[in-house]
Amino acid sequence: MTGAAPVTNARDAQLTIFERSRPGRRAFAPPQLDVPRRPLDELLPAHLRRAHPARLPEVSEPEIVRHYTRLSKRNFDLDSGFYPLGSCTMKHNPRLHERVAALPGHARLHPLQRPERAQGALELMWRLQSALGEISGLPHVSLQPSAGSHGELAGVLLTRAYHEDRGERRTKVLTPDTAHGTNPATVTMAGYEVVKVGTDRDGNVDLDDLRAKATEDVACLMLTNPSTLGLFEPAVSEIAEIVHGVGATLYYDGANLNAIMGICRPGDMGFDIVHFNLHKTFTQPHGGGGPGAGPIAVSERIEPFLPRPQVVRRDGHNGDGPFYDLEFDRPKSIGRLRGFQGNYGVFVRTYAYIRSLGAAGLRDVSETAVLNANYLLARLRSLGVLEQLPVAYDRLCMHEFTLSGAPMKRDLRIRTLDLAKRLLDFGVHPPTVYFPLLVDEALLIEPTETETRETLDGFADIVAEILREAAADPEIARGAPYTAPVRRLDEARAARHPVLRQEL
Amino acid sequence: MTEYTSVTDADRREMLEAIGVGSIEDLFADIPQALRLTHGLELDAGRSEQEVYAELRELAARNVSTEDELSFVGAGMYDNYVPALIDALTTRAEFLTPYTPYQPEVSQGGLQAMFEYQTAICELTGLPVSNASVYEGPSAVAAAGYVAKHYTGGRRFIVSRGVHPHAIETLRTLSHGWEMDVVEADLRHGVTELPGLLDDVAAVIVAQPNFLGAVEDLAAIAAAAHAAGALCIASCDPIALSLLRSPGDCGVDIAVGEGQTLGNRLDFGGPSFGFFAVTEPLVRRIPGRIAGETVDLDGRRGFALTLQTREQHIRRERATSNICTAQALNALAGVIYLSWLGRDGFAELGELLVQRTAYARERLTALPGVEPLHDQPVFREFAVTLDAPVEAVIERCLRQGVNPGYPLAAHYPEHERGLLVAITELRSAADIDRLATVLGDAVAAERSGSLQEAHR
Repeated sequence: MTGAAPVTNARDAQLTIFERSRPGRRAFAPPQLDVPRRPLDELLPAHLRRAHPARLPEVSEPEIVRHYTRLSKRNFDLDSGFYPLGSCTMKHNPRLHERVAALPGHARLHPLQRPERAQGALELMWRLQSALGEISGLPHVSLQPSAGSHGELAGVLLTRAYHEDRGERRTKVLTPDTAHGTNPATVTMAGYEVVKVGTDRDGNVDLDDLRAKATEDVACLMLTNPSTLGLFEPAVSEIAEIVHGVGATLYYDGANLNAIMGICRPGDMGFDIVHFNLHKTFTQPHGGGGPGAGPIAVSERIEPFLPRPQVVRRDGHNGDGPFYDLEFDRPKSIGRLRGFQGNYGVFVRTYAYIRSLGAAGLRDVSETAVLNANYLLARLRSLGVLEQLPVAYDRLCMHEFTLSGAPMKRDLRIRTLDLAKRLLDFGVHPPTVYFPLLVDEALLIEPTETETRETLDGFADIVAEILREAAADPEIARGAPYTAPVRRLDEARAARHPVLRQEL
Repeated sequence: MTEYTSVTDADRREMLEAIGVGSIEDLFADIPQALRLTHGLELDAGRSEQEVYAELRELAARNVSTEDELSFVGAGMYDNYVPALIDALTTRAEFLTPYTPYQPEVSQGGLQAMFEYQTAICELTGLPVSNASVYEGPSAVAAAGYVAKHYTGGRRFIVSRGVHPHAIETLRTLSHGWEMDVVEADLRHGVTELPGLLDDVAAVIVAQPNFLGAVEDLAAIAAAAHAAGALCIASCDPIALSLLRSPGDCGVDIAVGEGQTLGNRLDFGGPSFGFFAVTEPLVRRIPGRIAGETVDLDGRRGFALTLQTREQHIRRERATSNICTAQALNALAGVIYLSWLGRDGFAELGELLVQRTAYARERLTALPGVEPLHDQPVFREFAVTLDAPVEAVIERCLRQGVNPGYPLAAHYPEHERGLLVAITELRSAADIDRLATVLGDAVAAERSGSLQEAHR
């Protein structure tokens, strides 16, 4: 079908809320002014005031609702289809969590409410600290960091405080070459120099390289385990010995915690500091780029330096129950990392999740996540997909696995990017692409435990079909997607000639 | 199998067979036996949805929310009204559940919303470039300091004591790692008094309005900062920017702030969002995601994350920040809220707050034993000094169902009897009258109590 109507609709869908503005339209009916009106000049002198109102859109409520509803339909989302985005753990977001987080006792609780009037919130936080301590095997938890990268920053600053307290000054932090970009970026932000550690032939940390680089001026090794390749480091205890042997701390990037809950614990592996991504492992909806939360758990020797305030439980007096409090008097604390007590709304959802599943349920989550990943890998293998997309390290994976698109690029003349874009036409969100960096044309696939076997089978069939299609005609994948709201975008132009706001 | 997983026993058997292993245990072969837990985690057993709901409801009931008392507590987060359409739109799965928009073709909704948000923030701040959000207000101040440190090469920050105490502390936490000095500038008559010219200053950091509610002369402060070769960073209450001269217009280089008050709930402190806007020369130093407008292969308008060479996933140790996941959904609530208020409504809300706040300030300072802490113009929050112990007065008010404000003593020892009172559009004239009555009684009772003490 051709004609003007669909084109008009497409163009209309791309109007911004500012372009829908018409003078005189409005959605907000202000409350009545119920106090004597005083001349504004008396209250706010003119030289402190704006000459013109901020040019916000002038739109009615129905238009706002329609505009953002239309925008929403231009998003792919987790409730609509498979989302195997590696290292992001796109698992189902239970709707109970939205209901309980919205209860006024949680949602309309002021962060500066006095502790005796926020006992429910503080108890919830305390119980969540205990649960995260148990899951990680590191007993002391701060919920304050706002996201994984914020937790990483906390961890490196804790390391600095720990060494300074011992009168040591160290200058370097080690990160494997497979690390998330947030690790090296964090190291710089915390005032250290990054030293990269290599990966061996099996996909593990190169122990010889680590031994050579673990010197007395190293403060910390930041490690993801399972790694970003989806592989468990079998020599993690030896790694811990090497790192501790030079007096450095061992940091656990918790992005991949979904593989090991109830199976093994970072604390038992010798890690000193762990961060959790509550928006990955613990079902906080990702919101198109947040909010998240990145609590940290630490060992005994790091505990004195935790951010303040800390949620604590004090024994009750005269037969009263316990009292939950915010403890500010922590003389060795690194201080605050943000305002107030952290992303409490995220804690409510996480707590509900842990309570719903319990110990056995969390273990089942990790077992199923690992089962699903290995099954999907086996299924892709049985369909012959791995001939074009070989697994980067051929061994049992944990909750995710890394393929290389190099043979596909050479033989079928489509890149990993093309495969990813073609997947969009099949109603599937692509895996993480071009990461980890050390795998050529990488695809990092994490199916998560919440997917059915049928979904995994369906995905494997789609990938096989795209490869067959590319063998016949690579141009199809190269031009994809065709069914998305827009075709491939000129990202180079966006960067070269940045248009970052609308001219009003 | 749990309520959130879908693999049956039959599935599991067949899947293990397809993998070629005998048991789930075998999948974990890479984990040394010595590291495997031999017992279950010490957590309670899972519970049904209705039981979990009941437990979370019981915990909520042990909190005193702004629905349970007449609250005048602000100090960084405000009990503004959140319109119903925000709940309806932000709980749509298409906004709630996607990841960061790494695949722009299927993320146009989220990306366009970011672009609209950036436009709105630029309009509020009077600055040309906004990112798509950072975590929240106080850490945004520290992140702005990091930009200034790199841009100027200065070794110290001058931060006004009128900046939110949590922001000052966060700046100190991070400055320690950067080996930067943090020098506090005192307040005089409620507003920032800059020290004489200092060498090597990366940034002068102020709040607008400041923590004591006073409106600062941003233009004068920005000029002084620039004269010292420093950048000027202003942490702004975005609602106050409805009427106040924009930071960009005043010469501020980086405007940041807490976004909670724009359509986000209190949530005991988060999640909310921080906004972050800069001048053109700073565009390649800004942290976080930025959406930009571009075209697709067919020349159609589209949006994508851009200037990503600043970011950690590309630039790694040379990134301008380590930030990754931020607060997209909260920022979406922010732009929906600003659209809901609209051009005229935003100014009307601002004026309502200024008028009601002036009324409250007049009512309270007319009470015996309640004096203004300063006489500066204010927007929606003001500070008073009580001629009575603040904690005891607050206790008395709480017993009457009124939470009269935030005590200043913890952050300002010199204002041991200071109380910070916040007004939102949810606090009517009648509510303010009730506050005046209850606070007046409480102060009077404490004063007569202390008089009796003195006589005894």
